[in-house]
Amino acid sequence: MAHLTRVLKSEWTKVTTVRSTLWTLVLAFFLTVSIGIAFSALLKNLSNEERGGPLDPTYVSFSGMSMGQLAMVAFGVLVVSGEYSTGMIRASLGAVPQRGVFMAAKLVACTALALLVGMVTSVATFFGSQLVLGEEKASITDDGVLRAVVCGGLYMTLMALFSMGVTWMLRSPLLAFSILMPFFFIVSGILGVVEATRKIAQFLPDQAGMTMLAVNDLTDFDRAYGPGGALLIMLAWVAAALIGGYVMLKRRDA
Amino acid sequence: MIELEGLTKRYGTKTAVDRLSFGVRPGVVTGFLGPNGAGKSTTMRMMLGLDRPTAGDVRIDGKHYDQLKDPLNHIGALLEAKSIHGGRTARNHLLCLAQSNGIPTRRVDEVLDLVGLGSVAKKRPSGFSLGMGQRLGIAAALLGDPRILMFDEPVNGLDPEGIHWIRNLMKHLASEGRTVFVSSHLMSEMALTAEHLVVIGRGRLLADTTMESFIEENSRTYVRLRAPEPERLRDVLVADGLAPTEGAEGAIEVEGAQAVRIGELAAEHRLVLHELSPQQASLEEAFMRLTAQTVEYHAHTALPGPGEPAAAPPPGQQQGWGPQQQKEGF
Amino acid sequence: MIEAVGLTKSYGDKTAVYQLSFQVRPGVVTGFLGPNGSGKSTTMRMTVGLDEPTAGTVTVNGLPYRRLPNAARQVGALLDAKAVHGGRSAREHLLCLAQLSGVPSSRVDEVIDVVGLGEVAHKRSKGFSLGMGQRLGIAGALLGDPPVLLFDEPVNGLDPEGILWIRNLMKQLASEGRTVLVSSHLMSEMALTADHLIVIGRGQLLADMSVKDFIAHNSQGYARVRVPEDRPDDPEKLRTALARAGGQLLPEEDGGFRVTGLALPQISDLAHEADVRLWELSPHHASLEEAYMQMTQGAVDYRATVDTRSSLQPLPQGMPGQGHAPQGHAPQGHGYPAGPGHPAPGAQGYPQQGYAPQPMPQQPGTGYGTPAPGGHPPQQQPWPGGAPGTQPYAAPTPGAPTSDSEAAR
Repeated sequence: MAHLTRVLKSEWTKVTTVRSTLWTLVLAFFLTVSIGIAFSALLKNLSNEERGGPLDPTYVSFSGMSMGQLAMVAFGVLVVSGEYSTGMIRASLGAVPQRGVFMAAKLVACTALALLVGMVTSVATFFGSQLVLGEEKASITDDGVLRAVVCGGLYMTLMALFSMGVTWMLRSPLLAFSILMPFFFIVSGILGVVEATRKIAQFLPDQAGMTMLAVNDLTDFDRAYGPGGALLIMLAWVAAALIGGYVMLKRRDA
Repeated sequence: MIELEGLTKRYGTKTAVDRLSFGVRPGVVTGFLGPNGAGKSTTMRMMLGLDRPTAGDVRIDGKHYDQLKDPLNHIGALLEAKSIHGGRTARNHLLCLAQSNGIPTRRVDEVLDLVGLGSVAKKRPSGFSLGMGQRLGIAAALLGDPRILMFDEPVNGLDPEGIHWIRNLMKHLASEGRTVFVSSHLMSEMALTAEHLVVIGRGRLLADTTMESFIEENSRTYVRLRAPEPERLRDVLVADGLAPTEGAEGAIEVEGAQAVRIGELAAEHRLVLHELSPQQASLEEAFMRLTAQTVEYHAHTALPGPGEPAAAPPPGQQQGWGPQQQKEGF
Repeated sequence: MIEAVGLTKSYGDKTAVYQLSFQVRPGVVTGFLGPNGSGKSTTMRMTVGLDEPTAGTVTVNGLPYRRLPNAARQVGALLDAKAVHGGRSAREHLLCLAQLSGVPSSRVDEVIDVVGLGEVAHKRSKGFSLGMGQRLGIAGALLGDPPVLLFDEPVNGLDPEGILWIRNLMKQLASEGRTVLVSSHLMSEMALTADHLIVIGRGQLLADMSVKDFIAHNSQGYARVRVPEDRPDDPEKLRTALARAGGQLLPEEDGGFRVTGLALPQISDLAHEADVRLWELSPHHASLEEAYMQMTQGAVDYRATVDTRSSLQPLPQGMPGQGHAPQGHAPQGHGYPAGPGHPAPGAQGYPQQGYAPQPMPQQPGTGYGTPAPGGHPPQQQPWPGGAPGTQPYAAPTPGAPTSDSEAAR
């Protein structure tokens, strides 16, 4: 165990000493919070007809997450691909040849950081937005709101974790970005809107993830599962990506 | 101690390393030579557990690499390919390696000073020159003060001062009883550094021997003589059953005889010698002869080939002995 | 012919090249030496018009590169092996260059064969090894069959066969009457390739002379002598005889001796008079590296120091002691210098055991002795008739090196 602690410490140093990866986290925070607050300010002044239904003050505060998640994806891609694109992987595996330990330590260190930033972001965007919403605001003590805020942080963390797993399979930052970014930015959205693919698209990680953020009324979402189920779907995606990544790491030459 | 036993690596149908067996012993610098594509890097990567052997086995102090606890304390390696994240400062790069193996943080600053990078410890290596990157790689190899050191093309990008430094460092590490394994394409550099040689070609072992006997076995050795009375000397040599030949600028060359024997012979006949020097081919020449068959990309020109070296420097004098001086002679 | 006059290049307040004047003549290979950061690459870049000098000029055959008519036919350069678009095949890359400079495409296949890339001519250069990239770069330099060629670290990444090939290629190009300027950090390689040297340090000219003169000016040769092992008195007899004539006899690790201060025939005669038989009497020139080190000592940017290992536990057991004397150690005595605090035994300060007893010498990077100021007059003889004042392998004095480059000049 002493061994794992050391490797963890080393991975923590690794993730906190590269500026470009830290910037993605800063970006995730600012994108999510600023867009969330901006949307809240915009929607507050519209009538129910104009915004096509009653306002869900909690969900609106998470509007920026669709952008913020991309920064989290970038974080996940960078922490893993940085090892491969720079050749650092050779030094890393030279120091920690037990690949399972190496991967676990990296996941724990990066996830801890992502979770911290994710939670802070989720809480900040919620309370920031509520300030703007004025009379229409929700309270953290309302039914399901606390759960939604916690899930917001979890969602961002799990997106980062999912990207790490995918990148571990692909290795190349270019490849990982060019698959993950357009997918979450465009493809998933289209699939979720088009009637024919909607039934399947609801099980995609980001679609499921957004469902976790709903406070109570799921009719808007038209999902076959609830927030709990959504969390399980996300976890399944993350687990699949990580297992794939682990198998690749274990089997391939570094 | 590094031991290889039937080590083999295939990529599809191409065999990069073919049943390689040898041991690298402590106390001497062992040079690892071979043409491009001979499988040197693949072999080194398998030693470090980065590549998985198709067959066979490689052990570090009797263990597989991934069985080593805190491997940096056992073996330090500088690989030819860069293995540094350009965005992490030199110090932090070493720090995260040190932490993973429980090496004290102070050691990080120590090795940075040792390789001469103390002044740029807080700078990011993306701005480093090739030579500075190499120094950082060497620092990482020395981090755990390991008993086994492996260097792949260590002088790449270093300037003469750096080359001189790393050469002496390697010799010194070996003299402390460590195992030092170095690959290089620079024969003249190897001749100054290594005492033992492992040569591979097309993935197979071609030689595993001392530097001295490698050169002896793979090239011509002779004794060069100069004397104020060359005619008398020649007669004496012939009378003793030797076959003196004409060398450059009035020198006499004798193949197949020890300098000692000729010295005694000259003394017996009261002959004055102005030079009596045993000559040996360069490591480069010996290497070229051995590996002539296994080179992958041959250049085609009408230039002298490996069999006709421009110069045959005397032993231990491979460096700084240009053909120019050779012609000047004495 | 390349000619630099008062060439200067500053980046902000940092001066990379300062008042550099030299000529690179045709017909010989000229080596371009200097420590990292001394301005070699900048000078080469200015020569081929990539950088604009802050002051002064550098001309090729009388004209600045940018004013040369059809420059690609006049100057070929290998500056950065990676200046190749990875997605193009080797042949396409060269074809582009050929079309730019009006060279017929048949020449492309010619140079591809010359550098030995015939088999991979149609492969994309992305998958090329460093050595193959280097060969491609050399092919590009040769494309226009130019009379002036520049090579920056040409052997980088080449294997021994490639190194031998490029060395002979450069010599052949020079022998055809071309101007060949080649920079390298590999002194042993330079010694085999170059006839003439231009040495710079901190952007300023340190030397511009033939390799032979350079070595003679900056270091000292010696003779290696062996005497019969069954006559234990001989070394002493020889020492006395040589000392009377002003020579010094120093023991070497393998039982032989090194004689300084006397020419070979003199040694032979003295030994004869003293009735000492010689089993070996060979001339040894100092190496180019040694000479170079002495000249550039003050101009090095990153200097390595001592491994104190103070933060670590003592070595684990099973490590032989530090006094462990290596066998077959290079006989010319490029051993470890004794640290300043631990003068080696013997009046000359020459480290007799090669390895000093302390864990690490003080300045591994400056292993060569400091020259006595004003020490070595230019001489034709490999070593002077008598220079007892010089200590070719003296222990380095800390702090002194900086002033030595001036002293060496």
